[in-house]
Amino acid sequence: MMVAAALEFKGVTFKYDVQQNSTLENISLTIPKGSRTLIVGPSGSGKSTLAALLNGVIPNSEPGEVQGEIYIDGHLSNKDSIFDRSLKIGTVLQNPDTQFVGMTVAEDIAFVLENDNDSHDQLVTKVKEWAQRLRLEELLDLAPQVLSGGQKQRVAMAGVLAGDSPILLFDEPLASLDSASGQAMLTLLDELQAELGLTVVIIEHRVEDVLRHTVDQVVVLQEGEVAYQGSAAELLKRSILPDYGLANPKYIQSLQDLGYPLDELEQIDDVQKVTGPNLKNYLERDLARQMSQSVETTSPILTIKDLSYQYQNHTVFSNINFTLHQGEWLSLVGSNGAGKSTLSRLLAGFLPMQTGEIRLNQEPEVDLSQVTLKERADYIGYVAQNPVEMLIETTVFGEVAAGLRLRGVDDNKITAEVQEYLKWANLYEIRNWPVNVLSFGQKKRLSILSVAILQPKILILDEPTAGQDYQHAQQLMTLLQKLNQSGMTIVMVTHDVNIMQEWTSRVLAFHQGRLIADTTPGELLANQELVALAELCQPTDYILAQRLGVTVGKGGKRG
Amino acid sequence: MDNLFGYQTGQTVFHRLTGSAKLIIFLLLTISGVLSFDIRYLLLLTVIALLGLWQAQISWQQIRVIVILTVIFALLNLILIYVFAPQYGVHLFGSQHFILSSGPYALTQEQLLYEAMVLLKYLFSLPLALIFLFTTNPSQFSAGLNRIGVPYSVAYAVTITLRYIPNTQRQFFMIKKVQEARGYNISKKSSWTQKITGVVRILTTLIFSTLDQIDEVTQAMELRRFGKGKKRSWYYEQSFGKLDAIALILALGFLVLGIGLMMINHSRYWNPFS
Repeated sequence: MMVAAALEFKGVTFKYDVQQNSTLENISLTIPKGSRTLIVGPSGSGKSTLAALLNGVIPNSEPGEVQGEIYIDGHLSNKDSIFDRSLKIGTVLQNPDTQFVGMTVAEDIAFVLENDNDSHDQLVTKVKEWAQRLRLEELLDLAPQVLSGGQKQRVAMAGVLAGDSPILLFDEPLASLDSASGQAMLTLLDELQAELGLTVVIIEHRVEDVLRHTVDQVVVLQEGEVAYQGSAAELLKRSILPDYGLANPKYIQSLQDLGYPLDELEQIDDVQKVTGPNLKNYLERDLARQMSQSVETTSPILTIKDLSYQYQNHTVFSNINFTLHQGEWLSLVGSNGAGKSTLSRLLAGFLPMQTGEIRLNQEPEVDLSQVTLKERADYIGYVAQNPVEMLIETTVFGEVAAGLRLRGVDDNKITAEVQEYLKWANLYEIRNWPVNVLSFGQKKRLSILSVAILQPKILILDEPTAGQDYQHAQQLMTLLQKLNQSGMTIVMVTHDVNIMQEWTSRVLAFHQGRLIADTTPGELLANQELVALAELCQPTDYILAQRLGVTVGKGGKRG
Repeated sequence: MDNLFGYQTGQTVFHRLTGSAKLIIFLLLTISGVLSFDIRYLLLLTVIALLGLWQAQISWQQIRVIVILTVIFALLNLILIYVFAPQYGVHLFGSQHFILSSGPYALTQEQLLYEAMVLLKYLFSLPLALIFLFTTNPSQFSAGLNRIGVPYSVAYAVTITLRYIPNTQRQFFMIKKVQEARGYNISKKSSWTQKITGVVRILTTLIFSTLDQIDEVTQAMELRRFGKGKKRSWYYEQSFGKLDAIALILALGFLVLGIGLMMINHSRYWNPFS
C-alpha cells in the first residue's frame, strides 16, 4: 500500500488577480509524512506565495487564480477554507509579535483551542501540557511582549502546536532570533518532530542555521519555479545556492575560497562530521591569511563613562565604559534584553540620561545634555529597526532631503548631495517613487540615508539586516561600507555573527546589562565562554577548524 | 516612556471584580450621575468615585496627563457656559439671588450651583472611567461581554484594541523621537503650529503602520481558526462571585437612591432656593 504524502503539488500555477504574470509557475513537489523540508529562494522568488497557498491564506484572503492540484494528506484540497486547512497545517508566522493576540502567554497558547470551543477545563489542561513541553510554565502569566526573542518563538510554536495540526509550516522562524536562540528553537523542533511525528516545512533565508539540523529535502525557488529539489548534501556539493543569490554556509564558503574541491568532501552537509583529504592543512593556511590583517587605531571620538540605566526599578545596564574612535565600525552583540537597544537609544538621546557620562571628544567641546535632539543628530544619528517608524515623507527623494531642508541647506546643494547618497544605496533610479511602494529592503536603506544625509560623526543602527535575505543584506552592508569609508563611525546592534565577522573590526558583547567583552570579532568567536554568554553561535568555519584541531582567533584583526 | 496607559495588574477589590460586573456598575453609576441634577447626590457620587480611584492604587504618574487635560476641558466648558448662558441657572431654578453686580452677566447663586454640578459631573465620571480602564483585564472583559450576549467577534475586537494601546504608544514615541532628531519641531520648545503639523505627520505614519498591522493580525487570527464556529470558549472566563453580587447590589441601590431623590424632588433638579 502506498502511503499518501503529507503534501503534494501537481503542476500548480498561481496568479494574483492584481498581477499580470503568474507568481508561481508549474510547481510540482512531494513532501513525505514526517519529513523536514527547507524552502529557500531570493526575495520575490515566490516563497511567501507558496506558504500562503499551503495554509489557505490564498485564495481565502488574497484572491487569485490557482491551476493544478494541491493534495494534503491524500485529499485534493484546492477548495478547502482557511479553517479546514488550519486543521491540517499549523503556521508559525515570521514575526511572533504579530501572531500574539492573548494578553498573557497562557491565553495565547489557548487561542486556537478557544476557537475550537473547547471546555474551560480542557483549555486549562491543554495549556498546561503544551507549556510544559515547550518549557513555558514559569511564563504563563506574563504578557508575550515582555519575553525574550527565544521565549516568544516558543510561545508562538505552542500556540500553533496546541491546534494539533500534523503539518507545521514555519515562515522565516529565525528572522527575529539571535543565533543561539535560533539553534535552541531548532533543537526543540527536532525533539517535537520526532515525538509527535510532525511533517515540517521551513521557509527561511538563514540556510546555514537550518542546515545545522537534519533536513530531508531542500527546495530552491527562483522566479516562481522550482530550480532545485533534492538533498542538502547535493545542494552544497554542487554549490547551487550562490547561483540564486543565496549564501553557502560559512564553512563551505571558506573551503571554496581556499580552492578546496567540494566534491571530495564526505558528509558535506554536517559541519560536525564533514571530512576530506588534507582538510586541516587547507584550514591552517586560511588562518595565516586572516591573522595578517590589522587595523590602525585612530583618535577617540566619543567617550562613555560609568553609564547606567534603570527602567521601572530594574537595571537595564550598569557601569558601561568604552571609547569610540574615528572611522571605526563596531558590532554590539548579546542576547535580547542584554541592554544593547536601550544603550543605542540612550546614545541617540531618545531616552533621558540617568547616571554616567557620554562625551564627544572634540574642540570646541559640545555638551550633549544641553543640545536639542535635532542638534544632537548632527553628531549621533540613529536608525531604528523598523523602517516604517522612520519614513514619513511622500517621495524617496523627499525622504532623504527632509533633514537637510529642515536645516535650511541651499536647494542646489541638497539636490547634489541627496542624489549622490541615493546612488550609493541603489535607490537613484526610483528617486521619484512614492515611499510606500518600496520593498522592505529598499525602505530599510532609505531609512538609513534619511539619517546619514546629515553626516553624523557616529551612526547607530538597530539590527540593520534583520528580516532581509542575503542579497539585500549585502546591498545594505555595501551602503554602510561607503558611509564608513567617508569617515563615519558606525555602531550596529546585530545578531548575525557572519555579518559581524565579515564587516566589523570591533565588537562589544553584553550579558545581562554588563559589558563583558570589548575585542575583535575573531577573538570573541574563538572564545567559547564569551560566545555562550553573549548568546551567539560560533560560525561554522570556526566549528570546523576547532573540530580539526586548528587553533583560531589568536591575534585577530586588530592585532 | 515609563507610563503606559491601560490595564495594570493588581490585587485590589476592583481587580477582583469580573469585567462584566464592572462594566454594568460603571454604566449604572454613570447613568445615575448624568441624569441627576441634585448636588447632594452628585457630591456623594464624586466622593465615592475619588475614594475608589484611591483604592484602586492607580499611580498619579499614569493618569496625570489625562486628568490635566480633562480639568482644562472642564474649566473651558464652565467658562463657555457662563459666556453663552450666564443666567441659565436662573432659568432652571426660577429664582435669582445676586452675588456680584447686575445686568445680563451678573453672577447669581443659581448659576454658580448649576456650574458646580457640571463640574461634579466631570469629577465623578473621569475617576470611574479610569478605574474601569486600569483594573479590567481586557480578555476578561471580552469574555464578559460575550457572556452577556455581545457577538464574540465584537467582544474580541475590544481586547485587541486595548491590547494594542501600549504598542501604539511605543511606536508613537519612536516616530516622534526620530522626527525630532531629523529636525521637525515637536519638542516643548517649539510653537503650537509646528507642534500640530508635527503631530499630524506622526499620526498619519502611525495610522498607516497600524492598518498594515491589522491586516497581519487578522490573518494570524484566522490561521488559528478565529471565526471558525458560532461559539468560542474563553480561557479567562470568570464566573460571577459573591463580590460581584454585592457590588452590583450597591450600585443598583445607588441608582434607586437617585431615582428616589428625583421622585421626592418631583424633578431631576433639587432646588435649594425654593
